[in-house]
Amino acid sequence: MRIVVLAAVLLVSGAAARAEPPAGAGSCSGCHALGPNVATPVPRLNGRSAAELASQMQAFKTGQRPSTVMGRIAKGFSEAEAQAIAEWYAAAK
Amino acid sequence: MARGFSRRQLLASLGAASVTQFAAPASAQAAARVVVIGGGFAGASAARAVKAADPRILVSLVESNRTFTACPLSNLVIGGLRALSDQQFGYDKISAGGIEIVFAGATGVDLEARRVALEGGTSLAYDRLIVAPGIDIRWDGLPGYTEAVASKMPHAWKAGEQTLLLRRQLEALEDGGVVVMSVPANPFRCPPGPYERASLIAHYLKARKPKSKILILDAKDSFSKQRLFQEAWKELYPDHLEWVALSKGGRVTSVDAATQTLITEFGEYKAAVANVIPPQKAGRAAELAGAVDQTGWCPIDPVTFESKKSPKVHVVGDATIAGGMPKSAFSANAQAKVCAAAVVDLLAGRAPARPKLINTCYSLVAPDYGISVAGVYEPVNGVLTDVPGAGGVSPIEAPRAERAEEAAFAQGWFNTITAEVFG
Repeated sequence: MRIVVLAAVLLVSGAAARAEPPAGAGSCSGCHALGPNVATPVPRLNGRSAAELASQMQAFKTGQRPSTVMGRIAKGFSEAEAQAIAEWYAAAK
Repeated sequence: MARGFSRRQLLASLGAASVTQFAAPASAQAAARVVVIGGGFAGASAARAVKAADPRILVSLVESNRTFTACPLSNLVIGGLRALSDQQFGYDKISAGGIEIVFAGATGVDLEARRVALEGGTSLAYDRLIVAPGIDIRWDGLPGYTEAVASKMPHAWKAGEQTLLLRRQLEALEDGGVVVMSVPANPFRCPPGPYERASLIAHYLKARKPKSKILILDAKDSFSKQRLFQEAWKELYPDHLEWVALSKGGRVTSVDAATQTLITEFGEYKAAVANVIPPQKAGRAAELAGAVDQTGWCPIDPVTFESKKSPKVHVVGDATIAGGMPKSAFSANAQAKVCAAAVVDLLAGRAPARPKLINTCYSLVAPDYGISVAGVYEPVNGVLTDVPGAGGVSPIEAPRAERAEEAAFAQGWFNTITAEVFG
């Protein structure tokens, strides 16, 4: 019986601890709203395809997509870091 | 355990049981406790991020004011372009998220017993303490400038009544009167803030008091976004704004409230309206927690934001020495989220991950003229350091449409960050 209780505790622990965002991802929501009802011209990232987000980061980084501030920010992230952030926001609701 | 329960029934009942009953952190029987002191951008963000990452953790937010008044965009209030109420936020939604809000000032921190003492004699126990006190004015930092003088020569560097006082003085200013601003040496809250404010005051003077001007007396020879500001001033406010650098005698060494005079090494400037932005230090709660060093600010570990002086105490926001990161609301919010993740990891016995942080600061030179600085930071040799090749300021000589776009982004940023922190 003790084994069963321990297993249940582990299950509960696992369910409550949410995976952490990858490096840098926490900062994005300073400008990119998480909720739908925020008055801003900056687009939301949640739920968009990871491939699209990662390719946009790359386009900002190279300057292929013109921007005010995103080009300066994208240059601070490797392709792997940008991919991880893209996947995090793609999975977010 | 009652007989007759099947394993499945037992599991189901455990699943429905109170999470806190079973899912305590490995090191303790009870749920972990995190206390946050300070309900500004840093503290409120940290409280919410801890709770979101692990709802089992008991989070208390200690704040003496029931209403938070945001500094970003408050220069628009001073320029007569925005209401102070648009800057104000309450704590109801944070409270509704399961965070205990304690409206009281902290009076002491017992690092051994891990307790925060509060006004009224109560106290709060913590496993990890997050201190986010913002800045305090160094009332011993500028001869002649006292708390009483600030009600005559406002600093307006904490938003609220001081903001409105400066606004009223500008409204009462006679056309032709000189507004004098003094700017301290680094570091201080919001490095481009004085220059944004001077711009928006000049914007008001140009429209409503055209014979007046603003004079900026600066303790520095260079400042944030300098070329962009100066380019814009030349275009927009050639007759209404003048900047006096340190090397031109700009450093204010004392003020005389009786004659409303700012005194520099080379001269005296009598002001019709005086905005004295004084030297600053980490807010008082950081001192209570033993987290302040001889600079007046708080050294921190750049991975966890744990104080280098006080164990199990973390510091975020303007009070920190954060390497290349400026003292901004964006930085405070970004730091709070990194710190919260580290605190949750440490409480669970996990090693915190190496973070990366972003800062973006917009300044308005006019309501439709925005400029920005951005940076990406990571820990290098124990210091938050600019990632090479990233960051920087808006381009010089950009078309006005781009300045207008950045002005719109500034407003959007404010709406976004305040929704995340207080909404």
